[in-house]
Amino acid sequence: MGALVEIRSLSKVYTRGRQKVEVLHHVDLDIAPGDFLALMGPSGSGKTTLLNLIGGLDSPTEGSIAVGGERIDRLGQSQLARWRASHVGFVFQFYNLLPMLSAARNVELPLLLTKLPAAKRKRHAAVALELVGLADRASHRPGELSGGQQQRVAIARAIVSDPTLLVCDEPTGDLDRQSAAEVLTLLQRLNRDHGKTIVMVTHDPKAAEYASHTLHLDKGSLVEPVEAAAQGAS
Amino acid sequence: MKYFSLVWSALFRRKTRTLFTLLSIMAAFLLFGLLDSVRGAFANAGHSVVGASRLITISKVSFMFALPKSLYMRIQSVPGVAEVTYANWFGGIYQDPKNFFANEAVAPNFFDVYSEFKLPAGELRAFKETRTGAVVGASLAKRFHWKIGEQIPLEATIFPQNGGSNTWTFDLVGIYHVANRREESQEDAMFFHWKYFDEARAFGRGDVGWYIEKIGQPKEADRIAQAIDAISANSDHETKTQSEDAFQSSFVSQFADIGLIVGSIMGAVFFTLILLTGNTMAQAVRERIPELAILKTIGFPNRSVLALVLAESVLLLTLGGVAGLALAEFAVSVIRTRLGAQIPMLPVGLAIWLQGLALTVLIGLVVGALPARRGMRLRIVDALAGR
Ligand SMILES: Nc1ncnc2c1ncn2[C@@H]1O[C@H](COP(=O)(O)OP(=O)(O)OP(=O)(O)O)[C@@H](O)[C@H]1O
Ligand SMILES: [Mg+2]
Repeated sequence: MGALVEIRSLSKVYTRGRQKVEVLHHVDLDIAPGDFLALMGPSGSGKTTLLNLIGGLDSPTEGSIAVGGERIDRLGQSQLARWRASHVGFVFQFYNLLPMLSAARNVELPLLLTKLPAAKRKRHAAVALELVGLADRASHRPGELSGGQQQRVAIARAIVSDPTLLVCDEPTGDLDRQSAAEVLTLLQRLNRDHGKTIVMVTHDPKAAEYASHTLHLDKGSLVEPVEAAAQGAS
Repeated sequence: MKYFSLVWSALFRRKTRTLFTLLSIMAAFLLFGLLDSVRGAFANAGHSVVGASRLITISKVSFMFALPKSLYMRIQSVPGVAEVTYANWFGGIYQDPKNFFANEAVAPNFFDVYSEFKLPAGELRAFKETRTGAVVGASLAKRFHWKIGEQIPLEATIFPQNGGSNTWTFDLVGIYHVANRREESQEDAMFFHWKYFDEARAFGRGDVGWYIEKIGQPKEADRIAQAIDAISANSDHETKTQSEDAFQSSFVSQFADIGLIVGSIMGAVFFTLILLTGNTMAQAVRERIPELAILKTIGFPNRSVLALVLAESVLLLTLGGVAGLALAEFAVSVIRTRLGAQIPMLPVGLAIWLQGLALTVLIGLVVGALPARRGMRLRIVDALAGR
């Protein structure tokens, strides 16, 4: 079986005024189904940019990116939106929950885009909350939850529509050790027990240890771990 | 409908701000309801049902100029004229100028022509038989607690008696009602005999203020009016005859163009309202950019984001608008029962409600348009990075 994500010669150039900044240079990358990949690298190396391209939040300047055989670099804005709704779950550093909605309502959000009736949506949301261990907090608003709990609600929201791919941008960047460990264990379980393919950007080598392997990005290119280690040492 | 809780929760994200915005919207629509009820009452004044079947003849020079009594027989003989009556403005004051109401000296057959003024047969007979007899409208009688048999003194402002006295005393012999409650303001008047007035006044004897003609066929109104005016052509008392509707509209607009005044006030109010709610919506969307970005991340299409913001804006306006209109309806009904015909007001009816609701939706869309476009167009990656 081939890769779930196939990235070929992917480049991203931002234009700031007359200045062009090439953030990613001809990146090649395959991510196998069921992989749990950690993406590391210095600040500004293009990790978020690459993750956003994999998740279909942005389009590349050059190169191709296929997910499950579908060339998402060729999709228009509204097609991408539809594709994201059914194929990817997102987890961010700052949780990005809607503050006025209860945990259950937040988790239910992606299901509003489906044709599921209200009762089914509620049941799915409850199951997802159960899975992240927050069934008892369903009616709490984000402001009434700890950071770690909020991130677990965000993870429940990311998996509620059962996507194959989870993309996480520094999911533990804002958490204490204990909460970070809980969140990482949860991601690991989703990967092992539920077969989710996960791409996670992190700055924390300890977090990367939870992944099945780690890739390093530097100045917009993937580098070998040895090289990266050598660079780190120099 | 499944998005309603999203819209609702967004609206009350900032409770205080939303509350104050709602209060402003409510105030604007309260004013809209009140003013439209007044404007409606004035517009209504020119459209009585019987109005089309009556003509009014006044001096071509001005409403204030009198016409000779001798015209009476000649107008009567114009083909198509069923009955002629006449009246003269008296302008008397009861106790205090603040107690203003219309009072007119009229011909004996006045109530035959104004058949919508319902007067019991006995009272009509008493009026015709009493030289100093007067008839008042029911709401006027109620206002001053007048009973039949009472003597009512009026202070003349234009016409003193030939003995030099300014006080005219009338005997109240009848009270009339109008059947249509919308024309309740028509009950705010007093009528007495022209003959008594004419014999006792110090000057202007033999003149009448204006003639009223009842005509058989409303569609012949133009021809009959021309024939009546032809009688006095090239005399020193040329006349102008028009339908009662046209006359009343032009009479009201002598004082002010009510429609224009109401229109300008509401224009200014709604302009301010648009700026204010526009600002609220812009602020609300600006501080929610990360939330809208997350909705788009999850896969909400652009048009859904656009619709969510527009719905929020329309909901805000509609909540405030409905509260304002309900308050206006309540206030008008209180004013009407407390003050009766003194302030002409129409009940806040279906028409005002529909206009008001249409306005809330329209303003909601106008005010939500730019913020909604901004929300729709935001680039997810920039918004997520806080750029
Ligand atoms: N929309 C944009 N316009 C201009 N420059 C951009 C834009 N997005 C990213 N960049 C630039 O691209 C580079 C890589 O950004 P990116 O966010 O991918 O880095 P990162 O590896 O995620 O860094 P960090 O670890 O700090 O999150 C940075 O120099 C950034 O300034
Ligand atoms: Mg980043």
